[in-house]
Amino acid sequence: MDKYYTTPEIMKQRIKQFLSKGNRFDGRKTNEFRDIEVELGISKKAEGSCRVRIGKTEVIVGVKMDVGAPYADNPDKGNLMTTAEMLPLSSPRFEAGPPKFPAIELGRVVDRGLRESGFINFEKLCIKEGEKVWTIFVDIYTINDDGNLMDAAGIGAIIALKNSFIPEYDEKTGKVNYGKLTNKKIELSENVPIPITIHKIGENFIVDPTREEEDLSETRVTIGSSKGVISSMQKGEANILTSEEMEKILDMNDKIWNDIFKKIKKFLK
Amino acid sequence: MTNENKRQVVIPGEVIVNGDDYLPGEGTERTDKGIVALRFGLAEEFNKLIKVIPLSGTYQPRRGNVIIGKVEMITSNGWVTDIGAPENAFLPLMEVPRFVNKNGMEEVLDIGDMVAAKIWSINRRGIDLSIKSHGLGRIDEGIIIEINPNKVPRVIGKEGSMIKIIKNKTGCDITVGQNGFIWIKGDKVEDEIFAKKAINFVVEKSYLSGLTEEIEKWFVKNEGKE
Amino acid sequence: MATKNFKRIDGRAVDEMRQISAKVGIIPNADGSAMWKQGDTIAIAAVYGPKKMHPQHQQDPTTGQLRCNYTLGSFSVAERARPGKNRRSREIDKIIEWALSPVLQIERFVNNVIDVHIHIIQADAGTRCAGINAAALALAHAGIPMKKMVCSVAAGKLDKTLVMDLTKEEEDYKDGEGSTDIPITMTQDGEITHIQLDGKINSKELKEVIEMTKKAGKEIYEIQKKALKEVTE
Repeated sequence: MDKYYTTPEIMKQRIKQFLSKGNRFDGRKTNEFRDIEVELGISKKAEGSCRVRIGKTEVIVGVKMDVGAPYADNPDKGNLMTTAEMLPLSSPRFEAGPPKFPAIELGRVVDRGLRESGFINFEKLCIKEGEKVWTIFVDIYTINDDGNLMDAAGIGAIIALKNSFIPEYDEKTGKVNYGKLTNKKIELSENVPIPITIHKIGENFIVDPTREEEDLSETRVTIGSSKGVISSMQKGEANILTSEEMEKILDMNDKIWNDIFKKIKKFLK
Repeated sequence: MTNENKRQVVIPGEVIVNGDDYLPGEGTERTDKGIVALRFGLAEEFNKLIKVIPLSGTYQPRRGNVIIGKVEMITSNGWVTDIGAPENAFLPLMEVPRFVNKNGMEEVLDIGDMVAAKIWSINRRGIDLSIKSHGLGRIDEGIIIEINPNKVPRVIGKEGSMIKIIKNKTGCDITVGQNGFIWIKGDKVEDEIFAKKAINFVVEKSYLSGLTEEIEKWFVKNEGKE
Repeated sequence: MATKNFKRIDGRAVDEMRQISAKVGIIPNADGSAMWKQGDTIAIAAVYGPKKMHPQHQQDPTTGQLRCNYTLGSFSVAERARPGKNRRSREIDKIIEWALSPVLQIERFVNNVIDVHIHIIQADAGTRCAGINAAALALAHAGIPMKKMVCSVAAGKLDKTLVMDLTKEEEDYKDGEGSTDIPITMTQDGEITHIQLDGKINSKELKEVIEMTKKAGKEIYEIQKKALKEVTE
């Protein structure tokens, strides 16, 4: 079927019906994530990289670093730039061409999650104040979309950064020796800003929707937090949330965060 | 190469059999090397005719196929329907088993509605559908799942044997579209999901022989869990 | 002239390709997909189609069309490549289309398009070749009618020695006549669907490279065949 389609109405009805009893089609509970699989080092040319699979959803994230001048208002801090591409190979719904809004939003939300949390020590990225700092590039590519690209990307970014090594930098020539990594990792906090997106469908709230479920999402909130401290948040789509619903979402986030942290802990050393 | 029972997976350009003893059927051609496969699939020989059965690829519409489609557009004399084939299909007003007011077409089938229909004609102009037979028409309730259309014959089984077992064991009405879309309607959502799981099992194990025994075993194993 | 005792940096023989691994069906959403890893170059490809061509004004009522989209991953190379298309990737789109089209039988898919998307995850030269090999697998996996497979090899010449499957380091070879890289795509019967060249070579040497490539192409074909036959779903 021309897969620009969205989930048929009758399916939406059924999914909602089932959800009202707290059940999901694949047997999960509303606050349950699918299995998370991680593979490190998927590109030798990256300073750090990983592949994250949540169920059938797959993204790859890579970290590259370069040396350049700092921004004038932060002469002693390094920089971060996060981009995301929704590759057309990952879904019949994605077209080739410059990033459309969903990819732009994904990149910016992941960026905010990394930046505001204090996860990256930007001061340690300074080589010579006012002159030379490291810029970290986090690039996200989707490989298969079966819902929840947002959280897969955010988790991938954290893991890729945690497994990145700083390349050699020749102070005399001002050149980076790509291919020669030092054994120094990027200075990152123990507090990892894991993103969790909670979706509202009818009266119910779920996490980690499949593509079918995500088509039913009326509104969603992505929360980047670590051990109870929220450092970034984004509400998406044009439907309202009551303050009670917002509180419910915040409670869900706290509970689920611990589950996810346990699942990815071993990749965060 | 083969006897009737043995089938081999072949790839484009692969020589299936040398010599002049066989005739080239669908998905093959004769070259100076012999009968050569023109697509990836299963080479099958029957009465000296060799053809390649697709294992993958988009649905190829055939006259008489029951399909499940989605209404894309309403015109003055019918409904343009997406059936997952490279061509769109068309359901003309005349092929609906009751009188339809030209102003009331949305009430019969609206844009976005799913419909079970039969392909009654394929010509240069396109694919024509009909919903005149029993069991066809707008799909109001239930779930719709999508499988590889090439696996539909396995899900239906010889003379419908496989789908009959699934219907019985799950208590669901199941309409299998040749285009890989399957409509399942049961008394409870749990029954519908159970049927979905059973069908997915058949699809996963489609390469096995004795699949009917396998699905019976599966039901025994999973009966309580539903 | 293939100097048999030319020492390649990684110790390979002059006509030896790097280690290859291939897998079909790696992207569940796609109609056909494959991964091709040759040495340190990793390419993935996905096929969607045949389906209605969008935008509508590009529909061709006389034939189906093949549309290729090649992207080089930003972190696939040592110096980060800015995400998005540039002139190089635009040219490669067309080159790949020309390399694949001759074996496809898509005339009957009028008004339809077959989209082939190729992404390079890790690059160590021969990226378009790996991409084409992955794309051919993905097209077959998608059940597209194809007369033959196509097999692509990054052939070349290092100084005066003809070699198969250059690495990036070999592409940067500076001694003597330097490095000439010659990506070639052929059907399993040795028919050329794509050839490019960048360097310095005479006709006699080039003819020999083409002969060497035929042999390498056949090896690629065997690996493609094995990968497709391993598909169970």
